[in-house]
Amino acid sequence: MNETTDSTITVNGETRPWSSQDIPALLGERGIDSGRGGVAVAINGEVVPRADWGQTRLKPDDRIEIVHIVRGG
Amino acid sequence: MDAKVATNCLTIAGKEFSSRLMIGTSRYPNQQVMLRAVEASGAEIVTVSVRRVSMESGGEGLFEVLGDKYHFLPNTAGCFTARDAVVTAELAREALETDWIKLEVIGDDETLFPDVEQLLRGAEELVKKGFIVLPYCNDDPITCRKLEDIGCAAVMPLAAPIGSGMGIRNPYNLRIIREQVSIPVIVDAGVGTASDAAIAMELGCDGILLNTAIAGARDPVKMARAMRLGIEGGRLAFEAGRIPRKLYAMASSPTEGAIEL
Repeated sequence: MNETTDSTITVNGETRPWSSQDIPALLGERGIDSGRGGVAVAINGEVVPRADWGQTRLKPDDRIEIVHIVRGG
Repeated sequence: MDAKVATNCLTIAGKEFSSRLMIGTSRYPNQQVMLRAVEASGAEIVTVSVRRVSMESGGEGLFEVLGDKYHFLPNTAGCFTARDAVVTAELAREALETDWIKLEVIGDDETLFPDVEQLLRGAEELVKKGFIVLPYCNDDPITCRKLEDIGCAAVMPLAAPIGSGMGIRNPYNLRIIREQVSIPVIVDAGVGTASDAAIAMELGCDGILLNTAIAGARDPVKMARAMRLGIEGGRLAFEAGRIPRKLYAMASSPTEGAIEL
């Protein structure tokens, strides 16, 4: 039950309408299988442990960062 | 290499590595060349970054490609504050299930020199949170000592600016750092070619972290091998102990029994 209002959330700096989805659903929208390694999520500056993804529902005004591992030096 | 004359192991935070080279995964012509170069380098530790997932990217699959074979060392590249670096480290820990972090807190975009104040603050916080912290720092013995006191697992002083290939700009500082701290000293940044790597090892440094010098070479796979050999050669020379420098000659052949006419 994805209840929606005029509220918004910010995902990786992008503002979008809020819905009360959980993290696997949010990742799924972006083509990311939540079982995949090398991915992490933070909400309002706090990392959400992978084990809690399924129980974590987005709230209005949440600022979400979805990151993954890329090339680096 | 003959196991009997192999270099000693590098131990960081109780974990042993036979290779003293850590290699970056960025800036190669393509992923295939990167994978071959990493293999040719003999490195066991590879560095990676943490970045936002973009709508198009869908993930580069680095985790899958490298995860089974190598020990990941995520970095906090691109962070300008201790706070950003700490959150990035926490994201990396969650993404990779590793407590290891290459802590980078940069002062500006042009020099990419560390912001020492923020670096020390970030290191302190991350050590408290249980991370194995390997800080990229200036070639400053005092900063390195403070990082050791905080509880970092190694110090990683720069030899020259990141990506500059300028070589060891201040060998004497590196020697002082090596004498002043008891944790491993890993030269991070500035190495341009194999002789630079050999010199760093001859100075007594414990390892080298490289990226651009290999990735940007005309043949990255050959350069990876060259760096591996340079590091092994330099380290063996350090462990063997070089002869003292002398101004005048000393004959290597016996002086007695030479013919006299």
